[in-house]
Amino acid sequence: MSGAGNLADADLLPGTPPDAAGADRSWLRHLRLPEQPLARHLILALGGGGILYLVTSSLSPYNDFLVGEIALYLIALAGLSLLTGVNGQISLGHGAFMAVGAYTIALLMTHTQLNFILELLASVGAAAVLGVVIGVPATRLKGPYLAGMTLLLALALPPIADKWSSTFGGDQGLTTTVPTAPGNINPEEWLTWIELLGALITLVLLANFLRSRFGRMLRAVRDDEIAASLAGIHVARTKVTAFVISAACAGLAGAFLGLSTGVVSTGEFPLPLSIQLLAAMVIGGTGSLMGMWWGAVLLVYLPQWSTSISSHLNLGSDVSAYLATIIFGAVLIVAMIAAPSGIQGGLRLAWGRAVRLWSGLTRKQIQPTRTG
Amino acid sequence: MGLTLATTVLTTSAGAASTPGVTSTSITIGATVPLTGPAAPGYDEIAPSMNAVFDWVNAHGGVFGRKINYDYLDDGYNPANTATLTRKLVLQDNIFADVGSLGTPTQAAVQSFLNSQKVPQLFIESGCDCWSNPKFPESFGWQPPYTVEGKILGAYIKAHFAGEKVGYLTQGDEFGQDFIKGLDMEIPSASVVSRQTYDASTLAGPLSNQVAALKAAGAQVVAMATIPAATALAMLPAAAIGFTPQYVISNVGADSPTVGPLLSSFTSKGGGSAAEAAATAGLLNGVITDAYFAPESNVSNPWVQVEKKLMAKYAPSTYAKYGLDGNVQYGVALAYTFVQALQAAGKNLTRAGLVSAIEKSGKKFVTPGLVPLSYSGSVHFGFQGAEVIKLSTSAPPAVTPTGSWMGSTPVSPVEVTNVGSGPVRTYTGKPSAPPQKLVSTS
Repeated sequence: MSGAGNLADADLLPGTPPDAAGADRSWLRHLRLPEQPLARHLILALGGGGILYLVTSSLSPYNDFLVGEIALYLIALAGLSLLTGVNGQISLGHGAFMAVGAYTIALLMTHTQLNFILELLASVGAAAVLGVVIGVPATRLKGPYLAGMTLLLALALPPIADKWSSTFGGDQGLTTTVPTAPGNINPEEWLTWIELLGALITLVLLANFLRSRFGRMLRAVRDDEIAASLAGIHVARTKVTAFVISAACAGLAGAFLGLSTGVVSTGEFPLPLSIQLLAAMVIGGTGSLMGMWWGAVLLVYLPQWSTSISSHLNLGSDVSAYLATIIFGAVLIVAMIAAPSGIQGGLRLAWGRAVRLWSGLTRKQIQPTRTG
Repeated sequence: MGLTLATTVLTTSAGAASTPGVTSTSITIGATVPLTGPAAPGYDEIAPSMNAVFDWVNAHGGVFGRKINYDYLDDGYNPANTATLTRKLVLQDNIFADVGSLGTPTQAAVQSFLNSQKVPQLFIESGCDCWSNPKFPESFGWQPPYTVEGKILGAYIKAHFAGEKVGYLTQGDEFGQDFIKGLDMEIPSASVVSRQTYDASTLAGPLSNQVAALKAAGAQVVAMATIPAATALAMLPAAAIGFTPQYVISNVGADSPTVGPLLSSFTSKGGGSAAEAAATAGLLNGVITDAYFAPESNVSNPWVQVEKKLMAKYAPSTYAKYGLDGNVQYGVALAYTFVQALQAAGKNLTRAGLVSAIEKSGKKFVTPGLVPLSYSGSVHFGFQGAEVIKLSTSAPPAVTPTGSWMGSTPVSPVEVTNVGSGPVRTYTGKPSAPPQKLVSTS
């Protein structure tokens, strides 16, 4: 760790071994992951996937369903983290990109007999197209103005679906069907595996992308646009691409939300969804990918906790209506004080300290033999 | 590993003779309803009112010795929440049946899940045509479908306002569309001069444009499928421009204890004086609507008397806050329908047994409804009839804790029809009286 300036960089790389240069850890070398990004990320994803398979196999169907929800929110949050954390653009309208993905898959399921994978890809594509539409004007806007524009998107999109209700199903919505599970796999478990697979693929792609030349361009643009353009980076193109990738992730997340809900209707994409996504991203660790697991867990479990708290304490509906939002706000404040770079940043800091402490201890033990 | 686990679960559930959510002393049922959010006002009274009936039944020993636990959760009218919470109720809390869940998009979201799990989805609080569908044998509607309301009110317009110009003002979703479907079956299309809609999700200010268009088209009768707020937001600008048509409004948007306060509060918020605000409640005078059970203002009705006693004893806080308004009556009647379904299903309670009991004996259930329920093997709609009523200052008022609101008088016989092309016919049967003893546990 060479200082706070590189924190975001280090965060972006899941599993980056702590840089303990100088310490003699030759025996550890065998345990190290390969340096080549794709190989490294694939190994991590396979390992993570194996663990998740074992976990979901032993959970009850209801908890499986919740794990699936975590996976879908993770996809949206990872895209948002790239946009806001790595590229420095804010979006208060990610719920709208999710809505586009959800409506796309629902419309395709209603009117065509397309292959399921193609339907998912179409959802990703449709959201990416909206990403271009929003991303181009966004290059001219900054900070609160960009926040305002994306906020407008979140507010303006649902009424469109209400306006052309014969196409979009209006209030009643459009129904979606999860492809039939092979064998006698529980349908909740099956959907969860599909969602987890989508999340792992998204994470591998994004992690790889962030270690590429383009990832460095995103960060350069975030840190200083003028310096970046002097270095030969096409700033506007970089920013639009970030928007497109982020929107595409939200589109996939939206398609999964539509599948797990069973219906796609305007009520699923209220403004609070977009705002909670942003808050969860900050709590998880802006700019981090692995930190988004924490944000997603919070998004799924917080409403549950708040419901059980309000029913245990017998709170009136006036209070319980806002309890989840209050807890969200409180967690955000605590996270900002205790760990300004989110839960993942805090953990990384603690892990780094622990490793330094440990390697310091071992070095002292080894030293006499080396000098002697 | 997943496969082995699934197989184990299947064998265990097949091996055990018990029904989920049912023990020898209890029945656990659940629901998802809006207790918070934009749809909550009014609708948040229904589940607590239902619970009052279950508490009453439990205090009298339950049904066949089983007490009813009603676990209703707040979905805030967001289908994504409904999907998660319904899975919690079914997969984790093991409810026996989903009873009295509210909303069209919310319940459409879980219809396929509940049916695939063979969990009865009973008495959905929505008038969508979509609940009676052979593809979903576990789903049952309860209130009259909006199409049925549209047909009954349309027939009344055709008979009593022949030759007059009719305008429509409807919510731009299936609530409005189903209602229009019913109206159009009865009203000759030549007499419909204007069709206006509004968007429920962006409903914020007066519906001035729609009202002006109706006035410009010369509408003498305005038929509306509106939620209470939209009723008020249409009537106020109409009065302001001197447009006074004959209003014919769906039951949903014409409950005077709900709409009256809205008219006053919107007037005060718009800068009107206290006197002006108080006077606006008078706009409801002469409004024509329909009712499918005796209104709260009919204090001599035996059901109204029983409902008041029940609410005062078993849901005192809800009763103190709202009195016996349309939503409370709705909840009580719906819960009582479920209690009778349990009785009809017998001592050996199963989900399949409950569904077939409703199909077999639902028509004979005793309810406050003006017409009997119409359940059968092929029809999963509840009430398919109503009477046309007129709100009037000369009728006995509806008194609630929020004030004294306009009462109503019937202006048509009780009529029945269906969502299809069936005619609107007069129903000659008598409404059932409340039972002497609430629950027979024999």
